[in-house]
Amino acid sequence: MAQIELHAAGVTVPVQGTSPSECSGPGGSGGDGGDTGRVVLHPTTLTLTEHRVAVVGANGSGKSTLARLLNGLVTPTTGRVVVDGTDVADDAAAVRRRVGFCFTDPSAQLVMPTCVEDVELSLRRTERDPRARREQALDVLRRFGLGRHAHDSVHTLSGGQRQLLALAGVLATEPSVLVADEPTTLLDLANTRRVGELLLGLPQQLVLLTHDLDLARRCDRALVVADGRVVADGPAEQSVASYVAAVDAQA
Amino acid sequence: MNAPTLLPLHQPGDSPLHRLPVGAKVGGLVVFSLAVVLTSGALAAGAGVLVAAGLAALAGLRPGLVLRTLRPVLLTVVVVGLLQWLFEGPAAAAETALELLALALAASVVTATTAVNDMLDALVRWLGPFRRVGVRPDRVALAFTLALQSLPGTLALALETRDAARARGLGRHPRAYLTPFVVRVVARAHEQGDALAARGLGDESP
Repeated sequence: MAQIELHAAGVTVPVQGTSPSECSGPGGSGGDGGDTGRVVLHPTTLTLTEHRVAVVGANGSGKSTLARLLNGLVTPTTGRVVVDGTDVADDAAAVRRRVGFCFTDPSAQLVMPTCVEDVELSLRRTERDPRARREQALDVLRRFGLGRHAHDSVHTLSGGQRQLLALAGVLATEPSVLVADEPTTLLDLANTRRVGELLLGLPQQLVLLTHDLDLARRCDRALVVADGRVVADGPAEQSVASYVAAVDAQA
Repeated sequence: MNAPTLLPLHQPGDSPLHRLPVGAKVGGLVVFSLAVVLTSGALAAGAGVLVAAGLAALAGLRPGLVLRTLRPVLLTVVVVGLLQWLFEGPAAAAETALELLALALAASVVTATTAVNDMLDALVRWLGPFRRVGVRPDRVALAFTLALQSLPGTLALALETRDAARARGLGRHPRAYLTPFVVRVVARAHEQGDALAARGLGDESP
């Protein structure tokens, strides 16, 4: 498995009226704004080596920011993020080659007109020969049960098929880690199960942000994020139970 | 979201047009378009339609598919033709309508017989010489291709925004849908940028 390390990595975003340079401090404004910007993730130190890591927490808790740190979509304003020895700040492109990312809404992720062309777009990085690229793309689509739809418009697919296609596009280049940001939130029950099973069965390391606590419980480890902090971290059953207890206590 | 595509998607096949290199097809389209626009008279424009239709047949395109995807273009042809008839008379109307039809048909033949990734490869090749002056061919080609591909998506966003405005009982005032439409287009562009970055596209070595 890959090794992802966060060394006091935190993210502060500018609030209106402040410039980004004013926001590079370690934060401390309590997450709700202040002179130095808004802290979306307090300095966090973690090492992720487990096969499947779940991240749960309320909307707006900082889960997505944490996930985006892992493949360089967001650079930490403090601290460092290191994936298999490569610092994201030094070589974000190299980290992105290792860490695939799947978004909640596949529509934003699918940019080519047909399914096979979208997977081919991902493969451009690894395969220069168009003929070999097409064969590989068709093979990937078959593996994801989308072989029949290879030449269909991405707009005619169902929501579940679209998310499968987005996953196919990301996994086509065989990254060693997949970060999935609420990949089942927009799906119906049958597709949630299908995509969930597929994710949990992947040979790659998986960092799964989800509101589906059944999926989270089946991971090897779970982090609970609240107000920009990791408030619980441990075996999935235990962390999820603490999350449920915290939500119950607030209700 | 069922977006109109404006031009037909790539239809895999083995026709002579499918096998033709991308450069020949794009060059041919440029020459054909210039010929159609620069010649005058309805007869010449009609000949252009016949040539384009012949090419579509040679490419093995199903007439139903072509007509379905070209529907928005055909509507424009009808509206423009009617206006021309009013102001310029029937001869000018026929010429303009036939010219538009010939251009749309010829462009359809190119998009239906050329995979987008082949087009990308060709653009990267053509832009290669500009590498010396700091141009990143992969990025420029990707941006160009995405701009074309995002037209249908943008249209779909426009339709969704209009429906949302109607559902909330906001009448026909342009502000009711133009402002949210612009906001959504920009938001979608951000999301797409994130998604492309996450897929490592644009990270290619310069």
